Amino acid sequence: MDLELGEERLQAQRMVRDFVEREVGPHIAAWDREQRMDPALLPRMGELGILGICLPTRYGGQGYDYLTLGLVCEELERMDTSLRVIMSVHMGLNSLALLQWGNDEQKRRLLTPQALGEQIGAFCLTEPGAGSDVAAMRATARRDGDAYVLNGEKMWISLATRADNFLVVARHDPDAGATRGLSAFMVTRNMAGVSTGDIHGKLGIRAGSTGWIAMQDVAVPVENRLGEEGEGFKIAMSSLDNGRYTVASGATGLIRACLDASLRYARERRSFGHPIGQHQLVKQKLAHMQQWYDCSRLLWLQAGWLKNRGQRNTRETGMAKWYATDHSVKAALEAVQLHGAYGFSDEFPVERYLRNSKGATIYEGTSEIHQLMQADYALGLRQDRPLRCELPAWDEDFWLGDDVAP
Amino acid sequence: MHIVTFTRSTPDTAARLTVDADGSVSQGDAAMVVNPWDEYSLEECIAQAEDQGGTATVIAIGPEVHEEALRQALAMGVNAALRIDDPELATADSIGWATVAAAAIPRLDEVDLVIFGKEAVDVGSDQHQIQTARLLGWPFIGAVSRILELDAARGRLRVERSLEQGKQVLDCRLPAVISVLKDVNEPRYPSFMGIRRASRASIPLWTLAELAAELQKPLSRQLKLEEPPQRLAEAEMLSGTPAEQAGALIERLEKEQVL
Repeated sequence: MDLELGEERLQAQRMVRDFVEREVGPHIAAWDREQRMDPALLPRMGELGILGICLPTRYGGQGYDYLTLGLVCEELERMDTSLRVIMSVHMGLNSLALLQWGNDEQKRRLLTPQALGEQIGAFCLTEPGAGSDVAAMRATARRDGDAYVLNGEKMWISLATRADNFLVVARHDPDAGATRGLSAFMVTRNMAGVSTGDIHGKLGIRAGSTGWIAMQDVAVPVENRLGEEGEGFKIAMSSLDNGRYTVASGATGLIRACLDASLRYARERRSFGHPIGQHQLVKQKLAHMQQWYDCSRLLWLQAGWLKNRGQRNTRETGMAKWYATDHSVKAALEAVQLHGAYGFSDEFPVERYLRNSKGATIYEGTSEIHQLMQADYALGLRQDRPLRCELPAWDEDFWLGDDVAP
Repeated sequence: MHIVTFTRSTPDTAARLTVDADGSVSQGDAAMVVNPWDEYSLEECIAQAEDQGGTATVIAIGPEVHEEALRQALAMGVNAALRIDDPELATADSIGWATVAAAAIPRLDEVDLVIFGKEAVDVGSDQHQIQTARLLGWPFIGAVSRILELDAARGRLRVERSLEQGKQVLDCRLPAVISVLKDVNEPRYPSFMGIRRASRASIPLWTLAELAAELQKPLSRQLKLEEPPQRLAEAEMLSGTPAEQAGALIERLEKEQVL
């Protein structure tokens, strides 16, 4: 594995850090407190190219690779989880699915405006009664001539009220198997019968938008079906390989935020005549945070490296996601503890880090689901079969070439 | 319209600088960044060149570490970058630096304006800017908070300066040298495309021989560098009602002869 990141990727990461520190940092506590998403955020991220960071320039993207996507997610979540969530759904779960499964017409029509940040993508799999048990989903897609008529409700959808294009998985054939009867569709906000709303009262990620989408007799043209009929489950699972990658790298950034805040406080705060960083039990917390950061980072870097090479990475990405998110909760708990009473108040950011950390151990595969998956891989009970469309390896000539795609 | 700016890499202002026993300055593992004041001069240089359909060139004088600042400038959008280095420069003072700058500018395509950032944050000095203008024989205006008019065809520049007493508007002829304050603009971030271009750009290196520049013996030299003496402060918390605290505070200030 090549761990040399190079100046180009690191500069791109620094640019994102400067942006969030200058434009988001001063206001994030207020947006979080108000449970509102800054309306200027998505247009600004689009304008700066962040929303198209790892997409080929021929589709309006910035042409960087999957490792840079991870670095960007680390930087975004170091500031606030809500920023990284944008990349998870818009890029990881939606745009990369279009890149992987879309035909050329779909890439030009649907992916390009998303890469340019002119349109925002979201991902709709979970339902009020179907989370980890994807096959229990009830949303339907009935074929009617040149269209599918979609009905159902999707829940816990990030950017539900902000997105333009929703990648929706629904059951097109109730008689086919639990997963074989599923297909994927790109539903757009302007289609008749689509309604969305926000969910308030979340424990964390309160500066982000999470909501629901209801579809009532929504006519989706056939050209908006992603992949073939019956490929919905495979598309959803392969999208999760990309979404989980952004969650893993983001959670790594959250651990770094906890570590940075704790190091600052450990140097400044004094007790018993010394900076608290000189007390052994405080050092232990800092050492653990550093260990969790290093391990999380190496795990997502490994996944990113595999993605760049076009190799299947479901197991490695799952491991990175499981490890980084579980340890971001631990790091946030330790950071709050280290800050003492101040950690318990919103005078310091660590209480926000703790509230933000918990969600990622639930979404995109709970920690429990990831443990079952890893055990099944180890036991030889689970093997990844090749997909009809794999996520393309990062290829500089293709990513930076500007000729029209074949 | 050709606008030139200078930049340099300096330690991140958040770096914890220490002076070692041998007098060398250490910045720990802190990153080198573009001299923070230069972000404004770079932005102004790029924006003015864009407005006028002209060219923006950035120059760094000194060792390879300054290439980082040049690449950042290219990533922001300057059209060309070059670095000047020579072993002789290691001991040069500000006049030496200005001699090199003033020798380089005439070798570029007809330069109309040179824009500096307020100062170099590492050495805390701006005298090299005025010295450069003097050696070029061009007017110098410092503390510029806005360029009001820049007309290369008529050779005319009008700027607003921000002074303690208020704002001052000055006209001068081009070519000229100015230095800009933070109020002048909001610096842009490097673009992703710019970062890629910059990291792959080859930056020309000029030497003193190529410039036919001769450095005089430095007029000043650094004798010694040492840590500032530690200031030991003790805090004392005053107790009682706010009125009692205020009374006690005045008493203490009078005793210490502060009041």
